[in-house]
Amino acid sequence: MDFNDTPEEAAFRKEVRAWLDANATRKSDDTQSNRARNDDPGLLQKAKEWQDKKAKAGYARITWPKEFGGRGGSPILQVIYQQEESNYLVPLGFFDIGLGMCIPTMMAYATPEQLKRYVKPALHGQEIWCQLFSEPAAGSDVAGIRTKAERDGDDWIINGQKVWTSGAHYCDFGIVITRTDPNVPKHAGLTMFFLDMKSPGVEVRPIKQMSGGANFNEVFFTNVRIPDSQRLGKVGEGWKAALTTLMNERLAVGLPSGGLDIDELMELARETELEDGAAIRNQQVRSKIADWYVQQQGLKLTRYRTLTALSKGQTPGPESSIIKIVAAPKMQDMGAFAMELMGHAGIMKEDVPFAAGFQAQWIGGAGFRIAGGTDEILRNIVAERVLGLPADIRVDKDIPFNKLTRS
Amino acid sequence: MNFDFSDDQKLLKEQVRKFLADKCPTKVVRRVLDGTETHAEDVWKGLVDLGVPALGIPETYGGMGLSPLEVCVVAEEIGRAAAPVPFDSSVVLATEALKLAGSDAQKKKWLPELASGKAIGTVAIAEGAQPPKPRNTRTTFGGGRLNGKKLPVTDGEAATFAIVLANTGGSGERAVSLVIVDLTQKAVAKKRIETIDPARKHAELAFDDAAAELLGAEGEGWSLLERLYDAAAVYFAFAQVGGAESAMWMARDYALQRNAFGRAIGSYQAIKHKLADCYVKLELARSNAYYGAMMLTEGGADLPLAAAAARIAATDAYDFAAKENIQTHGGIGFTWEADTQFHYRRSRLLALSLGGPMAWKDKLVTRLEQKNAA
Repeated sequence: MDFNDTPEEAAFRKEVRAWLDANATRKSDDTQSNRARNDDPGLLQKAKEWQDKKAKAGYARITWPKEFGGRGGSPILQVIYQQEESNYLVPLGFFDIGLGMCIPTMMAYATPEQLKRYVKPALHGQEIWCQLFSEPAAGSDVAGIRTKAERDGDDWIINGQKVWTSGAHYCDFGIVITRTDPNVPKHAGLTMFFLDMKSPGVEVRPIKQMSGGANFNEVFFTNVRIPDSQRLGKVGEGWKAALTTLMNERLAVGLPSGGLDIDELMELARETELEDGAAIRNQQVRSKIADWYVQQQGLKLTRYRTLTALSKGQTPGPESSIIKIVAAPKMQDMGAFAMELMGHAGIMKEDVPFAAGFQAQWIGGAGFRIAGGTDEILRNIVAERVLGLPADIRVDKDIPFNKLTRS
Repeated sequence: MNFDFSDDQKLLKEQVRKFLADKCPTKVVRRVLDGTETHAEDVWKGLVDLGVPALGIPETYGGMGLSPLEVCVVAEEIGRAAAPVPFDSSVVLATEALKLAGSDAQKKKWLPELASGKAIGTVAIAEGAQPPKPRNTRTTFGGGRLNGKKLPVTDGEAATFAIVLANTGGSGERAVSLVIVDLTQKAVAKKRIETIDPARKHAELAFDDAAAELLGAEGEGWSLLERLYDAAAVYFAFAQVGGAESAMWMARDYALQRNAFGRAIGSYQAIKHKLADCYVKLELARSNAYYGAMMLTEGGADLPLAAAAARIAATDAYDFAAKENIQTHGGIGFTWEADTQFHYRRSRLLALSLGGPMAWKDKLVTRLEQKNAA
């Protein structure tokens, strides 16, 4: 057992490091985050420039085939690139959904001409893609979407509303799942398309989150016309296409990084005086620190097990399915506990060391437990796919969609 | 990145797993639990024939000279089967104590006998109600003679020798030393004691001027014990991971076959989510245990921290899986005839025998503070 690179991996890491050194600024310490500067108005443009630079050097999508601008590399090389890149101050995060989910879906269903048109601009950051799946009445139960697409000659007319669409406000294209037949049970009546987000009738409204940020949007479709040539997969087989998208969910490259963690919690506990002395000497405090340390280490090491499988060219086991189930509540609970250590001052946004950071975790954790699969859905997935327990009873399974009880 | 066991190690694991599935089904655990035998001698003999006690013992002392990783994969299988054999006591604690602190002569005397199965060793640390601490150690050693009482001692009856924590007259932590004592001599009295896990027999050992000798330097007992427990915590963590996994699948199998309100109880989220949580805790424990094994093998500076993390995570995983296994079974799970009790009992035994989670959490934070200060 060791954490070392194979000779091939080491050589690649060295090459990547040299390229990054020549093209980017190394972070001065671990706490600098690439996402901390989201208020930078020029960030998107900088991100596009960085993406283009990466694509030109062949690092933008290492696992993609060469014909699409990748290098046909193994997933472990992609991970190594991302590990190294995370040590530099570069703007990231705008292209993950497009390149990780949308374009792979295009690769599975679009025509060669369409791929020729769309893949390269996406890879080089010139065009950004979003994924239009969730709706107000279809969150965890995403197959329950109502946005409808109706045939009109060679076109389709789309009406409805999507929600939680990350990045829709700056995206150029999107893949959208629609209902084309409400007279059949819900999974059977879906069809997938891609569309230009600048199409007439598309309206994007940012959603202000509880955290104050606005990364998500509502997207309204009012008589949006799409040619049938932009259909992905067969009519009525949209669910199959959606599963292709979801299976391509980006290789989880790491945990949310740059946030406060055990070291900061311990520093806080050393500096905080409780009635019986420094908080770090209190057994309840120590017990909680130990529990979160064990979780933090457990997640990091679980990730290493997954990377080991990738490094050996094997398919990773199901162990990585635990990561968000553990990380999200930990973020929320640890944030809340750190604030408790600060006492009443834990509510203040300024003048209290670490307060803002832990408050951000406490607030952000509430969202992280929901985004990309709720705690509950993830437990269902583990129970069904790992433990082989029965799927939930679906009372809507054989009922036409338009006969269902609606919320 | 190579954070996994080798193919050879997995093969060994599979071999032991098959052997135990064949020779140590739950009815053997029940036989020992209900009976008077000190351990399942048939199973133990088979494990000895497979070379299990010899794995981690250097070749110069009659062993196979393999790394801790081989012992870890076997520990996982022993835990999975809840095998009623002196593995934790003899293969882990006594063997590791000799490797850690024994003189060449002591190693020459005892390790070959452990490797061949001729000897069974154990450690005798606690003295009843108070937690084992130097100040609570009233058993004395001086002039080559050991006097006092130790309880509970795992496999105290089956063991042919014991490593005993004894007061040697120094002050503070230096008040205690480890001594090694032959249990076949007349000056040692053994008495079986009842415990929560009768599938692993425990004894009270009384020493009345028993001949013994120091293991390691005088006054070093407490620090040696800390190091011994760090190594043991890693092996125990693997046994706990094996037990947790076994309890989880037992619960899952039952949840698939038991129907209530017209369907399998495993289709209800109350059960599904509980078992998903078992899996989450199991994987956290497994990952922490792997790192413990890696540090143990490398002799890495992170061992004390890794061992504590492995112990905390594995204790949590096994406790949770064992209790929720009973809960998933409902009333039948609380009967004497159900196999659920084996893991429930074993999980608590393993949780307490090296000191419980509260003590290890305290240790973990102390070690984290030391690491951060360094």
